[in-house]
Amino acid sequence: MKRHLISAADLTRDDAVLILDTAEELARVADRTIRKLPTLRGRTVVNLFFEDSTRTRISFEAAAKRLSADVINFSAKGSSVSKGESLKDTALTLEAMGADAVVIRHHDSGAPHRLATSGWIGGSVVNAGDGTHEHPTQALLDAFTLRRRLVGGADGGVGRDLAGRRVTIVGDILHSRVARSGVHLLTTLGAEVTLVAPPTLVPIGAGRWPCEVSYDLDAVLPKSDAVMMLRVQRERMQAAFFPTEREYARRYGLDGRRMARMPDHAVVMHPGPMNRGMEITAEVADSDRCTAVEQVANGVSIRMAVLYLLLSGAESAVGTPAPTPTRSEETE
Amino acid sequence: MSTDTHLIRGARILGGEPADVRIADGTVAEIGTGLTPDGAEVIEADGQILLPGLVDLHTHLREPGREDSETVLTGTRAAAAGGYTAVHAMANTFPVADTAGVVEQVWRLGKESGYCDVQPVGAVTIGLEGKQLAELGAMHDSAASVRVFSDDGKCVDDAVIMRRALEYVKAFDGVVAQHAQEPRLTEGAQMNEGVVSAELGLGGWPAVAEEAIIARDVLLAAHVDSRLHICHLSTAGSVEIVRWAKSKGWNVTAEVTPHHLLLTDELVRSYDPVYKVNPPLRTEADVMALREALADGTIDCVATDHAPHPHEDKDCEWGAAAMGMLGLETALSVVQHTMVDTGLLDWAGVADRMSFRPAAIGRLAGHGRPVSVGEPANLTLVDPSYRGAVDSARFASRSRNTPYQGRELPGRVTHTFLRGRATVMDGKLV
Amino acid sequence: MNGDNSTDDDNTGETAPARPVLEAPDIARVLTRIAHEIVERAKGADDVVLLGIPTRGTHLARRLGAKLEEITGRPLPVGSLDITMYRDDLRMRPARALARTEIPAEGIDGRLVVLVDDVLFSGRTIRAALDALNDIGRPRAVQLAVLVDRGHRELPIRADYVGKNLPTSLRETVKVRLTEEDGRDGVLLGVRGTTPAGER
Repeated sequence: MKRHLISAADLTRDDAVLILDTAEELARVADRTIRKLPTLRGRTVVNLFFEDSTRTRISFEAAAKRLSADVINFSAKGSSVSKGESLKDTALTLEAMGADAVVIRHHDSGAPHRLATSGWIGGSVVNAGDGTHEHPTQALLDAFTLRRRLVGGADGGVGRDLAGRRVTIVGDILHSRVARSGVHLLTTLGAEVTLVAPPTLVPIGAGRWPCEVSYDLDAVLPKSDAVMMLRVQRERMQAAFFPTEREYARRYGLDGRRMARMPDHAVVMHPGPMNRGMEITAEVADSDRCTAVEQVANGVSIRMAVLYLLLSGAESAVGTPAPTPTRSEETE
Repeated sequence: MSTDTHLIRGARILGGEPADVRIADGTVAEIGTGLTPDGAEVIEADGQILLPGLVDLHTHLREPGREDSETVLTGTRAAAAGGYTAVHAMANTFPVADTAGVVEQVWRLGKESGYCDVQPVGAVTIGLEGKQLAELGAMHDSAASVRVFSDDGKCVDDAVIMRRALEYVKAFDGVVAQHAQEPRLTEGAQMNEGVVSAELGLGGWPAVAEEAIIARDVLLAAHVDSRLHICHLSTAGSVEIVRWAKSKGWNVTAEVTPHHLLLTDELVRSYDPVYKVNPPLRTEADVMALREALADGTIDCVATDHAPHPHEDKDCEWGAAAMGMLGLETALSVVQHTMVDTGLLDWAGVADRMSFRPAAIGRLAGHGRPVSVGEPANLTLVDPSYRGAVDSARFASRSRNTPYQGRELPGRVTHTFLRGRATVMDGKLV
Repeated sequence: MNGDNSTDDDNTGETAPARPVLEAPDIARVLTRIAHEIVERAKGADDVVLLGIPTRGTHLARRLGAKLEEITGRPLPVGSLDITMYRDDLRMRPARALARTEIPAEGIDGRLVVLVDDVLFSGRTIRAALDALNDIGRPRAVQLAVLVDRGHRELPIRADYVGKNLPTSLRETVKVRLTEEDGRDGVLLGVRGTTPAGER
């Protein structure tokens, strides 16, 4: 029995393909007049956000609502959490309110893992981004976008993975939960991943990850089917991760000239929000090859798929095994 | 209740041949075979090991200020249960032990507890802030007779302050115990920096942040010809530096914690804050280097860094949790498991690393003495054949933050004597 | 994939050897008959849309569509309607993969939708299909065609076109085999080993 989605590393290839396939079906609901399914009627999904992230929260909210779940948004700002209430007490409160799933965004790496394994709550836990650890639904929506664009076909590549596709992730790998989840998931799906960053922004220990590391963006671009540009926060400059914005943009930013080095079919991805002029120029961001807007739309479908697969059945189809398996009787 | 006269029968002194030991008037009165009780309370100790009472150079008793996690009384009870007869109480209390008044208070509380001797450690700098030397002389001249000074919890990172402290304590044969942690390299640090931290996305605490300070400090100690002690050494690189410094004949000593002899950063994958400690759990290679260094004497002693924390400070997410783990009540078992049962150290070696040497570093009179007639009867009796799972519910400490909960560890302290008076009898506190 | 989405077709727990009740030629014959009935009842079948319920209902809908085209000489919109998200027993089973919903470009508004499934049993699948249809559009009318009606209805639902009425006991299983899915055609009647909890 599996109940949580904490890390992209918990997903097998078949799990991941199932989520993408399910999302592909659910994406079609968005084209209908009535964009709602009754599947999670009577279920309660709590969006527990300890960090501001309107984009991620509304994406999960839209996903849950399209499946007819009741949604409670719990933001740490202005609540008792900001007055020192612990994660544990917050969790116990949500449990008392009958949360079937808690979608958690937290500034501490590992907080969702803690929530899922501590015994504080009985519902499913979905990691919506924890510290500098993981953001599995972002990786899933990126994989979904890639599959549509690179594998494609009329059915969006249903049933297939990303075998042999070359994905380059560029930017602040050290602080990026998107990169960590991306490396796990994309390699699970058969893609070849290359990380490109100044050495200061590559974690010590990343040499053991199942991917290549390069410091030379220009050398990697011609061999990339997709380039994922990560947001680089300007504050990093103060901590001497790189000398100036200008130098960062010059060495690691994607502009039109660099984009021209990519193969014709290659796409540019960005998890948003973009720092135009920093890691990406307006010319690239607004080009047809940039999938940023598509990624947002796909995010809702992916999150619907995750909520559906975790919550709809007596046991979930994907994700982390629950700590104490209380296997329900086989009813098939 | 215990009587003042005991006859320990058949114990192996420091792991040697079985012998009988009579304790009377607070001292070891007689050692031989076939001794008769003559009114003494007899302790049958077949197969057990008799050690000098253990001495801890690094204990956080938390009083004054954090009595919710430990007090001098509960901490010394935990110490006695773990076989200790003396502990050095670290200075990072509230208020900080940076004046004669605070160290005397802790010293007096230790006297009142009666479970083991408490030797206060004085802060090197006022408020542990690393800026201005505390009144080291006054603390030495106080009733507490402080000889070990440490800002533990924080590093004395200013090279000039460190140099001055090393020089200044020479006047009264003091020692500076350095918590080696380069602060800038460890901003936001949550765990050992390496493969696991990269995966978990937790801020890295690189080995170099410890090694750089140790390298600087052994050179400073050599330059001013002073005594330096390194707290909780945790990396293979640190071992190399200390080995090199000792080869030069410099007056450098070092300690290792039990947890750094056994646990690795792989445990952090659980995100369970019970494994959050400073310095952090390192890699398997570090653990092996530390064991080897303790065996060959490069590392002088085992010190617990016993760090009690209330439940709520560990029952939370990793980032919000406090650093530190309990050590007093499991130290000897961990050392038996990692050093004795592996053949790296015999029981005489254990006596050396857990009693003789720490007492010598702390210049502690009456502790770390040989088990021979006429010596103070500070003794610990261990049953090395015992096997059992650690159960924190039975701890004497006020806190429960042990990383060994449920783990099977060998050995059990059956008796502890403080100057001839039993503080532990048959595994129970008296 | 969790395979067959039909609640009415139980494919598990069988012990006794199954007995064929319809062979391939029989299936072809009853589909031809149903196609004729549809043309007759729908007065030429001008506005008919066939929606198969995955997995085997979809194949049957395609076959029916082909037969209808033979009869009327015109191609006929054929699609599929996955009812997984509308099932009333989701909470009692493991979460399952979705099957394809393919609504023909013409849509279903104002049209005669003929739902096609392999086995009609409790009627719960059809109840779910009607709910799903409701979210997609407003047909002029909805009819139901099934290959086998094995009885034991739990809801007030009946089929408009039935290939074969097959009175069964609850201990029996009905298996539909189709070439597209199973490599051969046939309907098998067996006896299950244990009483399933199922959607009951």
